[in-house]
Amino acid sequence: MATETQGADHGDGGLVFHPMDQFIVKPLFGDGAVGMFTITNVTLWLFISILAIIGLMVLGTSRRAIVPSRSQSVAELAYGFVHKMVEDVTGKDGLKYFPYIMTLFMFIVFANFLGLIPMSFTTTSHFAVTVVLALAVFITVTVLGFVKNGAAFLELFWVSSAPLALRPILAVIEVISYFVRPVSHSIRLAGNLMAGHAVIKVFAGFAAIAAVSPISVLAITAMYGLEILVAFIQAYVFTILTCVYLKDALHPHH
Amino acid sequence: MATETTAAETVSACVDAGGSAVGMPQLCGDWIGNQVFWLIITLVVIYFVLSRIALPRIASVLAERQGTITNDIAAAEELKRKAEEAEAAYQKSLADARAEAQTIAQKARDDIKAELDDAMAKADAEIAAKTAESEQAISEIRASALEHVEVVAKDTAAAIVQALGAQPDEARIAAAVDNRMKG
Repeated sequence: MATETQGADHGDGGLVFHPMDQFIVKPLFGDGAVGMFTITNVTLWLFISILAIIGLMVLGTSRRAIVPSRSQSVAELAYGFVHKMVEDVTGKDGLKYFPYIMTLFMFIVFANFLGLIPMSFTTTSHFAVTVVLALAVFITVTVLGFVKNGAAFLELFWVSSAPLALRPILAVIEVISYFVRPVSHSIRLAGNLMAGHAVIKVFAGFAAIAAVSPISVLAITAMYGLEILVAFIQAYVFTILTCVYLKDALHPHH
Repeated sequence: MATETTAAETVSACVDAGGSAVGMPQLCGDWIGNQVFWLIITLVVIYFVLSRIALPRIASVLAERQGTITNDIAAAEELKRKAEEAEAAYQKSLADARAEAQTIAQKARDDIKAELDDAMAKADAEIAAKTAESEQAISEIRASALEHVEVVAKDTAAAIVQALGAQPDEARIAAAVDNRMKG
C-alpha cells in the first residue's frame, strides 16, 4: 500500500481511485529511470525482509535456550512447521532440500506481512518476483527429476494405472498440466496479494465521501483481517506446492 | 504515450504525468530487470543466512532440548524405580517386624503359660497333700471322738447306774453301750 499520490491535477471534485499506484516501482534516490541496478522501493523492502528474517531466525535464537524465549519459540515454530511439511509431503529423502524450501517460505511469508504495513511496498504482489520464484522451483524440480530418475522421470506423464487406450490422452493432459504449474504457482501468489491490496485501496477511496466513510473504514478493517489470513495462507500454499512438485521429482511413479 | 510530458518520460512509460500507474504496474516491462536482480540477491542472502546460521542453530537447539527431555524422563523413571524399591523395602521390613513381634508375643505367651501350668500343678499337688492330711486328721479326730464317746457313755452309764443305787457291773455296761452304739 504505497503512498497515495493524489494528483491535484486529476482532481475534478469527484472520487479519486488509484488502487494500482501502490505497485509502482520507483527509485529511492532521485527521479531517474529504473535501471537493473537502481536502488528502488523494491530493493528497500526486499532488504527489510532480509533484516526481519535475520532478526527472527538469527538474533531471535541467539541465546540457544533450552527453554525458548518468545522470539526463539516463533523461530522454532517456523522451522518445525516447514520441516514437518517437507517431511510429510516428500518423505525423508526430501529433507535434503529443506533449506531451499525454508528460504522460499520465510521470504514469501515476510514479504507478504511486510506488505501489509501501511505505506509499504508488497514485493510479492509483482509477477516479476513470483515468476522468478515459481520458475526457480519449476526448473530445479525438472532438472532434479531427470538427474535422480533419468528417463524414468517421464513416467510421471504416463499414468500406468489408467486403461492403455486412455494413457496417450492422459499423457498430453499431464504434460500440459506440468507446464502450467509455474504459471498457476506464480499468478496465484501475486494475484491474491495484488487483488487484496487493490481492494483495500478502493475502499480507502470511498472514505472521501463522508456518508459512506464509516462503512468504508469497516470494510478496510475487514479486508485487512482477510489479507492477514491470505498473507500466511498464500505463503503456505506456495511452499506446500513446492513440496508436492519436489515429491514428483523424487518419486515420479504414480 | 505521445501526449505524455517529458517529465513522465524520464521516469517510465508505465507512469503517467501525475505519477499514477498506467494499467497494471505488474505488467510494466521496464521494472522487471530491477526486481529480478534484487530478488535474486535477496534470496541468495536469505538462503545463506538460513542454511549457514539459523537452521543449524535451531536444529541443534531442538536436538538438545529433545536430549534434555529424554534424559529428564529417564532420570525421573530411575527415581520412580528407586522410590518403589524403597517402598518395597519398607513394606518388607514392616512385615518382618510384625512377624517378629508376633513371634516374641507368642513366645512370651507360651512361657507364661508354661510357668502358670507349672505353678498350677504345684499348687494342685500341695492342695491334694493338704487335703489328704486334713482327711487323715479328721478321720483320726473322728475315731478318737468315737472312742471318747464310748468311754464317756460307759462312764456316764456307770455313774447313772451308781446314782440309781445299784452296783455298776462294768462288763454289762460295756456290752449295753456297745450294743446301743451299734445302733
